[in-house]
Amino acid sequence: MSRQQLRTGDVLDGFTIGEKLHAGGMASLWRVTKPGIDFPIVMKVPTILDGEDATIIVGFEMEMMILPRLSGIHVPRIVAVKDFAQQPYIVMEYIQGHSLLKTLDDAPLPPDEVARIGAKVAVALVDLHRQNVLHLDIKPSNIMMRESGEAAFIDFGLSRHLALPDLLEEEFHVPMGTGPYISPEQVLHNRTDPRSDIFSLGVLLYHFATKVRPWGLPRFNRALRARLWRDPVPPRKLVPEIPPWLQEILLRCLEPNPEKRYPTAAQLLFDLQHPEEVRLTERAHRMEQSGFLTTLKRRFRSAAMDNQQPQEVGAKPATSAPIVLAAVDLSEGMEDLAEALRIEAGRVLHFVPGARLACVNVLKLNRIALNYPLDAEGHNIHVSRLVELKQWARPLGLSAGEVTFHVLESPDPATALIDFAKSNNADQILICARGSSNLRRYLGSVSSQVVAQAPCTVTVVRLRSSNDMAVEDVAEQADEAPAAQA
Amino acid sequence: MRIGFLSDIHANREALDACLKHVARHGIDRLVILGDLVGYGADPVYVVDRIAELRETQDAIVLLGNHDAAAIDCVTTGMNQYARDAILWTHDELDAAQIEFLRGLKPSFEEEDRLYVHSDATAPGDWRYITDAAEAERSMRATSKRLTFCGHVHRPQLYHMTATKPAIAFKPQTGQPIPLIGNRKWLAVQGAVGQPRDENPAASWGLFDTDKSEFTYLRTSYDIESAAGKIHAAHLPQILAARLYIGR
Repeated sequence: MSRQQLRTGDVLDGFTIGEKLHAGGMASLWRVTKPGIDFPIVMKVPTILDGEDATIIVGFEMEMMILPRLSGIHVPRIVAVKDFAQQPYIVMEYIQGHSLLKTLDDAPLPPDEVARIGAKVAVALVDLHRQNVLHLDIKPSNIMMRESGEAAFIDFGLSRHLALPDLLEEEFHVPMGTGPYISPEQVLHNRTDPRSDIFSLGVLLYHFATKVRPWGLPRFNRALRARLWRDPVPPRKLVPEIPPWLQEILLRCLEPNPEKRYPTAAQLLFDLQHPEEVRLTERAHRMEQSGFLTTLKRRFRSAAMDNQQPQEVGAKPATSAPIVLAAVDLSEGMEDLAEALRIEAGRVLHFVPGARLACVNVLKLNRIALNYPLDAEGHNIHVSRLVELKQWARPLGLSAGEVTFHVLESPDPATALIDFAKSNNADQILICARGSSNLRRYLGSVSSQVVAQAPCTVTVVRLRSSNDMAVEDVAEQADEAPAAQA
Repeated sequence: MRIGFLSDIHANREALDACLKHVARHGIDRLVILGDLVGYGADPVYVVDRIAELRETQDAIVLLGNHDAAAIDCVTTGMNQYARDAILWTHDELDAAQIEFLRGLKPSFEEEDRLYVHSDATAPGDWRYITDAAEAERSMRATSKRLTFCGHVHRPQLYHMTATKPAIAFKPQTGQPIPLIGNRKWLAVQGAVGQPRDENPAASWGLFDTDKSEFTYLRTSYDIESAAGKIHAAHLPQILAARLYIGR
């Protein structure tokens, strides 16, 4: 392979080479321009010295495979990819903003700020995992905060697309990741678990919250293994101001066994956005690391986990452990429908392991008149709705970690429900439709607006009716929104 | 250019027609038939004529498979009883022109950075199977071409390797375009059109887009009842019909 040496001012395939931004062991980065492209772009070129072992460019091959298949605000936009036949390169958007590496200087950050940054990165992770890609090298320097506020990942050299060959499988004898952040399963050579990214995000947030890395800066591969058996110092011991809910979130992300972590990035995001709803366990109140005997036992157990073979890819990450939103109407006279909704919720949760139910009620506000927080008898309406919501869910017998309660206040219930579903990445909405009538058909109803605009599957719950009109209405709705089951 | 790869048709008319229909829907510029037009199935005459017509009218590349070679002169060395019975029956069904068509086929063909071969690159006429990474590596080392497309095994499987590391196997998902890029060789084993053996009875074919360097494994269902019924009617071994239903 003969390569030309790039220089500022050169033109390659229509790209004018500008200033060299970075020269590393793996790749160099050049600012480039091309007529017709009106956003800043860079060209990434692998560093290949003739005769050198080709393995250093495997990461570049992975990026060539994965980056063009990704879309959205949480990844750089790809402009061009050129294969190894000539000069290989990737031209992509130059993300304007700052990397999270800079934010590290300000650690320890206040708990709310840690949750805010964590939520931004979790949103990006949800989007990435939905596209069937695991990043597998989540760390501050690989996360850019755009000027518009969104988090975006860069450097996909260690990433894995679950439907494409893993080119790094051949490097199987070396754990691949970045020392402080690598997940235990990556240490054991498993590159198929989306929860590995949740672990690394946990390390990052722990560091932000405490200014301490949970497992320090391991220098040798052997030292990476400590995370298999040694639990980190509880963050609240390092920074007493950290509230129990944040310690709960951090330590749950950092569980050595992926089964004990958040099952999906969406569920982690949910907790980061609703601290008051985080179910506190022993983790939240822990003030000491595990004792000598427990650690020793774990260490023996971890020794048996060596030499694992490459893992088969399981279910798509986006389809497991869904967040189900139940839109509960607590109005008088709607008791039968509310019960039908509860039965439907019970069915969904029964069949889907790891599902989480968010019970939502919308307190409708007047658009013009002032709203009083108290009812005629002087009770706080918001609080009494919350109590009713809990009452509604009680027969489902769900444990604290499986169900959360939310009273939204809005003049527009449908929009409030849709926004809640979007910002919490709900996978399914259960909603009641009242009986049908011509008037309702023409004026529109909350449920039909939710069906039309929801970002996910919507199940419309209705009481069986002998009215012919209702059947017609159902058929019409099903035509408009194939995702809905009436 | 978009290239459609059909391999191991095995005289299955229904599967071939279903694949050609599917191919037409995907829009391709060139067809490559990776051998084993006949053997096992009950429609060798139709399949040979149809493939000959595709070569005539659409410039399809047609390669020789071990069953085709056996049917020319009834040389069935190394074949099991069922395969042998089917070959003898096939030979009797084909006329002289069809036999001559098969005799004119070559077991491999090279174009640009691609090798097309029925079995493997080490000895295309020896009909070696590629069933694991080591066998795939042996084949990839035997060709200077970056991409190899072959059949013979009846199970879709993809392999890749760099100059310095052993080959790696990958089980592809149907319909997922896979970029055959990078500083490495790739070997794509096609599934079978007419006798799938990966426990999926649907007919299998492959699509390669040379501009994007993307390969996609595709499946299409076909009328198994008719194909199996004709195998029964021709008094060919029953197992050849039964296995179509389970894809094994």
